[in-house]
Amino acid sequence: MLTWVALLALALFSGATFFAARGKALAAVGGRPIGLHSLPGYYGGYVALWVAVPAALILLLAAGFGGSLEAGLLRSSESSALQALDAQQRDVFYNDAVTLSQGGQPSETVYEGPQKQALADAVSKAKHLRSQITYGALAAAIALALAGVAFAYPKIRPDFRARNQVETWIAGLFILCSVTAVLTTIGIVGSLVWESWRFFQSVSPVDFLFGMEWNPQIAMRSDQYASSGAFGAVPLFIGTFLIMIIAMVVAAPVGLFSAIYLSEYASPLARSVVKPLLEILAGVPTVVYGFFAALTVGPLFREFFNGIGGLLIGSGLDGLGQYLSQVQNQMALVAGAVMGVMLIPFVSSLSDDIINAVPQSLRDGSLAMGATRSETVKKVVLPAALPGIMAALLLAVSRAVGETMIVTMAAGLQAKATINPLDTVTTVTVQIVTLLTGDQEFDSPKTLAAFGLGLTLFLVTLILNIIALRIVQKYREQYD
Amino acid sequence: MTDAPMSTSATLRQTVEARLKVRHAQERRFRAYGLAAIFVALAFLTVLLGRIVSQGYTTFLEYSLTVPVYVDPARVDRTDISGANFDLLIADQVLGRLGIKDDDFGTQSSKMMDILSNDLGFQLLQKVKANPSLIGKTVSVTGPVRADGALYYKGEIKKSTPEDERKLDNTQLQWLDKMKSMGMVSSGFNTGFLTKSDSTEPEQAGVWGAIVGSTMMLIVTALLAVPIGVLAATYLEEFAAKNRWTDIIEVNINNLAAVPSIVYGLLGLAVFINWLHVPRSSPLLGGLVLALMALPTVIIATRSALKAVPPSIREAALGVGASKTQTVFHHVLPLAMPGVMTGAILSMAHALGETAPLLMIGMVSFVPGVPEGFTGAATVLPVQVFIWENASERAFHERTAGAIMVLLVFMIVMNLAAILLRRRFERRW
Repeated sequence: MLTWVALLALALFSGATFFAARGKALAAVGGRPIGLHSLPGYYGGYVALWVAVPAALILLLAAGFGGSLEAGLLRSSESSALQALDAQQRDVFYNDAVTLSQGGQPSETVYEGPQKQALADAVSKAKHLRSQITYGALAAAIALALAGVAFAYPKIRPDFRARNQVETWIAGLFILCSVTAVLTTIGIVGSLVWESWRFFQSVSPVDFLFGMEWNPQIAMRSDQYASSGAFGAVPLFIGTFLIMIIAMVVAAPVGLFSAIYLSEYASPLARSVVKPLLEILAGVPTVVYGFFAALTVGPLFREFFNGIGGLLIGSGLDGLGQYLSQVQNQMALVAGAVMGVMLIPFVSSLSDDIINAVPQSLRDGSLAMGATRSETVKKVVLPAALPGIMAALLLAVSRAVGETMIVTMAAGLQAKATINPLDTVTTVTVQIVTLLTGDQEFDSPKTLAAFGLGLTLFLVTLILNIIALRIVQKYREQYD
Repeated sequence: MTDAPMSTSATLRQTVEARLKVRHAQERRFRAYGLAAIFVALAFLTVLLGRIVSQGYTTFLEYSLTVPVYVDPARVDRTDISGANFDLLIADQVLGRLGIKDDDFGTQSSKMMDILSNDLGFQLLQKVKANPSLIGKTVSVTGPVRADGALYYKGEIKKSTPEDERKLDNTQLQWLDKMKSMGMVSSGFNTGFLTKSDSTEPEQAGVWGAIVGSTMMLIVTALLAVPIGVLAATYLEEFAAKNRWTDIIEVNINNLAAVPSIVYGLLGLAVFINWLHVPRSSPLLGGLVLALMALPTVIIATRSALKAVPPSIREAALGVGASKTQTVFHHVLPLAMPGVMTGAILSMAHALGETAPLLMIGMVSFVPGVPEGFTGAATVLPVQVFIWENASERAFHERTAGAIMVLLVFMIVMNLAAILLRRRFERRW
């Protein structure tokens, strides 16, 4: 609240300095802007920026990180009464202290004797620290704003290059924005690597990458059977691979053939109708595909296979019949097929672009030699477009590997190393979701395993993308 | 000897014609494959949308029950109004209207309570609390029929199903029929679905809370991703020198665009929750994560829009003495704006449908109301779909499809806006 008031006051103050500086610049040339180096607004903007930006930064930093700073300082001098508590109880204690100091409802923990005293001390200390941080930041912001005026205002003279100065500020903003993308990457890589590193301290990377058993149950007691849990991710990789292959078997032919038809055969009218329709298919949220897979395709496929199984029971293929009559909704085939449908527009629009990029002269040459259209496509256009199409398919594979909602809703949870499409399998993304939804303790291998999986997923998709983008780039250069 | 070449040319002609037949058949087949592929894709689209509409349209049909209830002073204590069992009171009176006597164990009334929504009792409680003088008078309350009863009216629960395989037994179905024939039940458009928030009772669950949550989250996403993305793209396209650093940034952005969305969820969990202590499951947190996810798409769209502005515009501005910054802000960006906005709207539509990263950051929790603010707990439309899809009650399945229909309407509106914007302002140079 105080921060908002302070920011508003700051905005008003810097607005005032804007007009003051603009007025000063104009007054210096007798009100005729032609005598100034820059447009009058730039003089105002220069001072206003120096007033507003540093002070606002301080206020926002205090608002954003004040809580962490307070918690850190509160913990820096620990009362001896807390020695009896373990790390988790201490966290609760400090949380309670902070909540109480804000007038909130603490946890239900009961503190006795010296701990109660320590809590009261901590509460008053937290209050003290908070007011110190808040008012300190406020004082610093006021000082910075005034310093900004003192620094920038005297510089306003007709020959002062205010526009260049303001543009330097803008350039700084530009660079800051561009760096955000890099920071995101650093954040992703950093958090994944850091948490995975913590995970690999309790589970060896070799066991993780080559282990055949995935069973991330952490026992409640240390002496319980199988207390460590098993973190061999191979069944997950196999499941992911299986679903990806099924998806590509659906998406690649349908996507490619529709791209060929659209770019080589379809009339402009048909093209203008079909392309937006395919774009709708691409725009449908994946959770909708998941719903469709779980409640429509799954039961449909199960009934279909159960029906076939029922016919086969008692015949020569009795064993197969028995098996088919017991398949479940959550088979790999369902998730894979629906994911394939999801990827059709992706494959077709990428391939369409690539096929269109093949120069018309190649087609004309082939047609002039008497080849039919389909021969032209098969012998001339496709070979020329092949690298690009490979790249498109690789991008689709990367999408399939990273897709989450369809498999979460339609594939199973059981980690089985099987390539039978009628069996239930689980994927890397499903396990990440399962491990991270619900209650989380951040130091258990169970939670950290999700980051290990996430790192693997990130690296695999990154490699696929880099290869695909490389191919596309090279291919483009060929015809440019 | 003279007829030999002729016969070769004749056989040649024959072989060529035979080959031509085969080749033309191949051509036709190939064409048919292409056409079939398109039909398959469009058939999938039709089935997908058709199935969702056919499952979901019943959500918008509501059966509501109007009962005049005599607020019996013997059963409602003036000093402790909240302590009275209004559900039982209503059930008994409905039974009385149907002419059924309850036994001493209350078997019938508890059966009746199973087909009446507890929203009725809640409404009556609110009315009586607000106006205690109603005790001893007859009050009329209107509320939905419980979800299973509504499923029966809609034909989802059938009489032909064996009694022990359905949730309602034969007497309850008879009562429902009787209530309908007595005119106590009226059907209409289910406004509650659009104005209420999530609830554990399917007939009282609605998507309003999720719509508000989605809107708040998209506001955060748009406020962060669009300005940052546009400025970054402008810098890279108009200002940056071609050097190693800008190359790194470019490659980075292209790769970020293809990172699986779930990885952004992990980033949000590790950085925003554990490190920066942004409140879990808040629109602010969801918006931050989705903003990072949408950023590369906004940048790529903006760059192509900026590329489409011809260099002559820049040269003209520079020629009359504008600075580089003035050229960009006064001329290039305004001309590229339609393209930029189209890209921005499309990436916001994508963010609206995104679910996976939000599961990681705690948005799957049950939120029975409209979010309290940008840092309060919230749920969003696609996650609401996911939560309801997981619910075991059958009535939630139609709500899931209904919520998907609402979500798709939003997506279609945003996409249409983007298309119209492109049509209206598109310029060919």
